[in-house]
Amino acid sequence: MSSTPSGPTTSKADDDQSSPSRQPLHWGHLVAENGGYLLARLGAANIDRRWIFLLMLLAVGIPVLTKATFPEKPTANVKAVFNHIEELKPGSRVLVSMDYDPASAAELNPMAVSFLRHLASRGHKIYLMTLWPAASPLINENTNEVLNDEFAEKNLEYGKDWMFLGYQAGEVVAIKKVADNLRALFPTDARGTSLEKIPMMEGIHSLKDFDLLLNVSAGYPGAKEWVQYATTTTRTPMAVGCTGVQGPQLYPYIPDRVLGILAAIKGAAEYEAALSEKYPRFAEPRLNEGLQRMGPQLWAHLLMICLIVAGNILYVLSRCFPLNVYGVGANSHRADVTPAPGGPA
Amino acid sequence: MVVSFFSPRLEWMSAVVESWFLILAAIAMLLGGANLFMHHSNLIYNQKPGWGYSALTLAGFLITLVAGLLKLGVPLTPQFPEHAWAGSFEEQPGVIWWLYEYIIKPSTSTMFALLSFFVASAAFRAFRAKSTEAALLLVTALIVLLGRSYAGTILSAPVGDAYSFAALTDFVIMSVINTSGQRAIVIGIALGVAATSLRILLGMDRSYLGADE
Repeated sequence: MSSTPSGPTTSKADDDQSSPSRQPLHWGHLVAENGGYLLARLGAANIDRRWIFLLMLLAVGIPVLTKATFPEKPTANVKAVFNHIEELKPGSRVLVSMDYDPASAAELNPMAVSFLRHLASRGHKIYLMTLWPAASPLINENTNEVLNDEFAEKNLEYGKDWMFLGYQAGEVVAIKKVADNLRALFPTDARGTSLEKIPMMEGIHSLKDFDLLLNVSAGYPGAKEWVQYATTTTRTPMAVGCTGVQGPQLYPYIPDRVLGILAAIKGAAEYEAALSEKYPRFAEPRLNEGLQRMGPQLWAHLLMICLIVAGNILYVLSRCFPLNVYGVGANSHRADVTPAPGGPA
Repeated sequence: MVVSFFSPRLEWMSAVVESWFLILAAIAMLLGGANLFMHHSNLIYNQKPGWGYSALTLAGFLITLVAGLLKLGVPLTPQFPEHAWAGSFEEQPGVIWWLYEYIIKPSTSTMFALLSFFVASAAFRAFRAKSTEAALLLVTALIVLLGRSYAGTILSAPVGDAYSFAALTDFVIMSVINTSGQRAIVIGIALGVAATSLRILLGMDRSYLGADE
């Protein structure tokens, strides 16, 4: 099926057959071209970004409201952290540095809470501190919620079972001070009590005196600095819970410097799954915020994949059917395309 | 500090420098506060464009400063009931607690959450396979996006855990490709820092003093 005139007569039209606008068109070609035209226009017209925002809102908002959860299986990294805490003998001394703030709390708070639950369940001594000024209220909230309320039956005592050293400025220098001489950095705890008067501080002088360092990290100063300025010299075992963007930077330190990492909300959800399996009292959905947040994450990821694929299809089509001042591809009758400023006349 | 790394007997030198650093950091915080106050006061006084934002910044700064220093609204502590200022400045229902709970928390969380919208928009507009490298990055991103969600678990169920998207993400992309690349970068940076430090220590590089070379 051809749409061009045939015959021996030569005309100006025939002379122009080399032009794409005069080439014989197959119906499939027409469909592909016009479909391509529409899609290319769609892409070239730059879809209003508010439609994408709306899609993202729905992708995240609906699962948040429905609270749909999915089963998680702990990966090797998460298992390494979980098993190490399990294998420590009860009463081991664990320093937990919660270096994050409310901006990243949605991602990191579930793993901070899970760490506290696990440590308290195993009867370890918990020493909390932070290098981020906005973290103190979050730590107070978590300790109230987990150590005081959830473990009320254990009657965990401040100063004997857990304590909060508080916030300390100085970033990497503060980390180095913890590694060398913790008491010089923290003369008192967060409540202003001298460390000399706190029973569980007996025998604690530096990071070397701890059995494990747990770091919940949102950036600088955080996990990488703890590795570089503290655990590399003290050789204290260390495990990390971090944001998704930090994860790739910390993989090089596994397993020599870092036992394992809980990366992003998925890491938190996997840890919650491991904790619920071992300690069924934590299997309640309301206690598993990480697992709950994997629902919105699933739909957000799917939307992202669709957007990336759609964007690339449009890109390929725009390359195959480039918009030009005469219209699109062969069909020069499309006069609705405005010539680009500075383009060919 | 460098010397103290090589001899335990000289560790005190490092400790002294670290203490100086901490003191200077505290003074720098004061200087920073004073600088912020003067800069924004100047903008407001001269009514420069956007001075309204400066007024808001200054108001927030002063309210937080006064509420924290005076421990406004902080309850009495059971240990020291006769001392009104004995409680922590962050305690409920103090003004600082209120500011943290109802201004800092929601605003910073919102800022972080907005990223998802911009990332989605950027993914659609900019994440194009324009070259081989970009195509590789794109395929990797798709695998990681699937591997870090339940969608990957469902899609790779027929092939088993060993070949799942999660395993591909963890054991191939993150543990092999990413780790080797990151290690190369870290080692390269460390060598660069060591070389630059040596040049400075030996006086071969004086650019930090304002010299041409």
